[in-house]
Amino acid sequence: MAEKHPAPRVGLFVTCLVDLFRPTVGFAAVKLLEDAGCTVEVPSAQTCCGQPAFNSGDRRTAQELARNTIAAFEGFDYVVVPSGSCGGQIKKHYPELLADDPAWAARAQRLSARTYELVSFLADVLGMTDTGARYDGTVTYHDSCSGLRELGVKEQPRRLLASVEGLTLNELPGAEVCCGFGGTFCVKYPDVSNRMVEAKTADIQGTQADTLLAGDMGCLLNMAGKLKREGSAIRVRHVAEVLAGVTDTPPIGEKA
Amino acid sequence: MQPTTHAFPENARKALSDERLQKVLAIAPAGFVNRRKQAADRLPEFEALRDQGRDLKNHVLANLDTYLEAFEAKVTGQGGHVHWCRTDQEARDAILGICRAANAKTVTKGKSMVSEEIGINDYLEANGLTPIETDLGEYIIQLRHEPPSHIIAPAFHLSKKDVEGTFRQAHTDLPPDRVLDDPKVLIAEARTVLRRKFQQADVGITGANLMIAETGSTVIVTNEGNGDLTQILPRVHVVIASIEKIVPTLEDAALVLRLLARSATGQEASAYTTFSTGPRRPGDLDGPEEFHVVLLDNGRSALLGTEFQEVLRCIRCGACMNHCPVYGAVGGHAYGWVYPGPIGSVMQPALLGVKEAGHLPNASTFCGRCEAVCPMRIPLPKMMRHWREKEFEQGLQPAAMRKGLGLWAWFARRPALYHAATRMAVRALGALGRGKGRFAKLPLAQGWTQYRDMPAPEGKTFQQMWAEKKGKR
Amino acid sequence: MADTSSARAQILGGIRKALGSAEGSDEARKRLAVHPRNLVPARAQLPQDQQVDLFVAMATEVAATVERLPALGDVPRAVAEYLAGLNLPAEIRVAPDAALDAIPWNERPTLTVSKGRARDSDGASVTGAFAGVAETGSLMLLSGAERPTTLNFLPDTHIVVLTRSQVVGTMEDAWDRLRGLGVAGTMPRTVNFITGPSRTGDIEMRIELGAHGPRRLHILLVED
Repeated sequence: MAEKHPAPRVGLFVTCLVDLFRPTVGFAAVKLLEDAGCTVEVPSAQTCCGQPAFNSGDRRTAQELARNTIAAFEGFDYVVVPSGSCGGQIKKHYPELLADDPAWAARAQRLSARTYELVSFLADVLGMTDTGARYDGTVTYHDSCSGLRELGVKEQPRRLLASVEGLTLNELPGAEVCCGFGGTFCVKYPDVSNRMVEAKTADIQGTQADTLLAGDMGCLLNMAGKLKREGSAIRVRHVAEVLAGVTDTPPIGEKA
Repeated sequence: MQPTTHAFPENARKALSDERLQKVLAIAPAGFVNRRKQAADRLPEFEALRDQGRDLKNHVLANLDTYLEAFEAKVTGQGGHVHWCRTDQEARDAILGICRAANAKTVTKGKSMVSEEIGINDYLEANGLTPIETDLGEYIIQLRHEPPSHIIAPAFHLSKKDVEGTFRQAHTDLPPDRVLDDPKVLIAEARTVLRRKFQQADVGITGANLMIAETGSTVIVTNEGNGDLTQILPRVHVVIASIEKIVPTLEDAALVLRLLARSATGQEASAYTTFSTGPRRPGDLDGPEEFHVVLLDNGRSALLGTEFQEVLRCIRCGACMNHCPVYGAVGGHAYGWVYPGPIGSVMQPALLGVKEAGHLPNASTFCGRCEAVCPMRIPLPKMMRHWREKEFEQGLQPAAMRKGLGLWAWFARRPALYHAATRMAVRALGALGRGKGRFAKLPLAQGWTQYRDMPAPEGKTFQQMWAEKKGKR
Repeated sequence: MADTSSARAQILGGIRKALGSAEGSDEARKRLAVHPRNLVPARAQLPQDQQVDLFVAMATEVAATVERLPALGDVPRAVAEYLAGLNLPAEIRVAPDAALDAIPWNERPTLTVSKGRARDSDGASVTGAFAGVAETGSLMLLSGAERPTTLNFLPDTHIVVLTRSQVVGTMEDAWDRLRGLGVAGTMPRTVNFITGPSRTGDIEMRIELGAHGPRRLHILLVED
């Protein structure tokens, strides 16, 4: 498509957790998008999508942060997010949050229509089939809840992972069951959250995979933190790192 | 039943350390999940039926007054009685009044969540009557003085050994040498005991999965047949139902029934679906001589026109709890009152107030699995979020969380400051964590590090690195 | 009886206030009068002979047993052999249903036959049915002076005589037949849809048959 049309202008919404904990994911996303013929920009006016406030019942703050994000991302052909959770917030919840705000409702709708989770954007919008990447290992994949149920991210990562040379995917039983992160949930109800992530890591260990992948940093920090606490050698990475072949940084929770 | 919903964290901890319960929870919900999936997959129209179910109930709620009046007219036209009750107390009194008028001593009961909601058993007992639950699971937990732990499998937290112990204690005429180690034998034992009760009963109380405005019928769906024996053997049949259970017509009942059994147990149809209309007719050889419908509001009409209206679409199938990872971790009793699982997390704040039940809508990861399977497509996470909004408005959330999020939001509204602050924080944390790549302990993050390590940040923010890179380009 | 009229007024008033209307709706009244069908699954929308096969398959799936008979005259033999095959006493309680009058019970003198509602001591009952619903393998039974409901629930063994022409596709088809009886607006006191024998999964989620109702449901499907 790059030959016929001008390169699509993509705004990358980095997400807080990638910005703070795992810049590697951001660069992997940029590489994947640029390799596919996009021009990528990262507006510096972006901060947080507002989901923590939204899910804590603070609708007003959520609305303010939504307006901030909308303003920061106007004018792009697409807005791409390496997270189903933040992507879902923008795509599904912004229009609902600002529905009664005459100055912003239409702008929220417009942003929603142009916003995509990274992997589904690559597969569904750009029609990517082959990443040209290589990863030597047996991986398993956890479907993060928001990506799966709000945005329908299910087959796309599997399709793209299948094109990665050297990679074997062992399906994770209960891949669609929540890992117990849930934002503030995991610190508000640590015992319940622990039971959930414990069940998840047991399932992960059962797959015999050497690498765990997922598309959301929250879930990844949670599962990596638990695996490391349990002394597991399983490497944990964001799926974009493997798809982009950007695996020179240490896996999540491991030293350089 | 005195709610302990405010103590959800303690209830949850207790449940998490209950090994027997954990063993059951590791298996049972998954069984329901698989069976529902098989049933749904087998019916190509299942998803379309869910859309129609949602639309039907929305239509019903928008015309609730018309349908309730039509229903009432049909019931009374056929010699039955309708008792309108605003509150649980009015419903208890209405039922007690019916029992007293019938000179009742023994009252058999079919399974009904609304009867749990109004606490009818304790009330009848306190007034000298003997209420007997006849659904096997309900009977077992009644003997144990426990509340149900699941809305369609009330005793699923118990093992056959527990049931044996319960029967040996309650059925005092059981010979000690009688072997009771097989569910079959336990079921036969309960059947024999309860047969006597069915015959003795003066009044039978059932719930209603549906009420039909067109015909004045009430509908129950069971597998055991206890709900039928409860209503055809005693002289008086009392139906206790909440107002939102009404559907317009027999055709509409067919729609809901196609969704109900599949979502609940994964059956194509439950063994017994029974439509009851009025008292027995002249010449009938059996059936109740009196038919009463106790129509309960108990705060439901107050949900109409609010952000919680859609919860009134619920048909009480239990699919949301079967699919809920939180329910799967702690079971039903931790929710501290009648309705567990996601539906409970929305209903209980409505019925008990956010002060008592505020934990429940918070104890969710918003994973969305409940909404994904709800036959009536109730947006359960969205409604839990609305309860969180109510709590926020009333300042009921923990101070530390409010402050933390407030601070975060303050920075997030100021991008330049935000990026400067996060750069500093990440540099400090990154330097501290570089040795191991993670933290086993972190101040202010105990909830996290109690059970898991905190992966260390890389040391620079993406925004910082991006700006540096752009500078070079 | 307690007066609940003020509660009634308040509940309905509250609903109307929330809905913003006191008139009731014509749309609702029309729905009650017209009772439109909703989406009906394609599964049972078949020619009648295929509906009969589907009925048999679905009923068998839920642990009912089905025997096909050429004529009502074969019922006594089939009942006697069914009971003998299970070592059950040759005693049946039969619904005093005119539809079953043509059954020549006296051709089977070893079978003890009595008629009436069920008593606690009855081990096996024989009833007719109003319809068989192919979609789910359900039997539809109506109560009435000739059709006591206790026969469907008290005995351990319930034998149902269903004629081939009684098999319909769906519950909606069955409602149409019921409405066709001309008892418009008046349902029998009890309409039972029975799908297999009584069962429970309440102890350790293991499905066991014969919880409170019949342990065995045997369907005699008779040509007509």
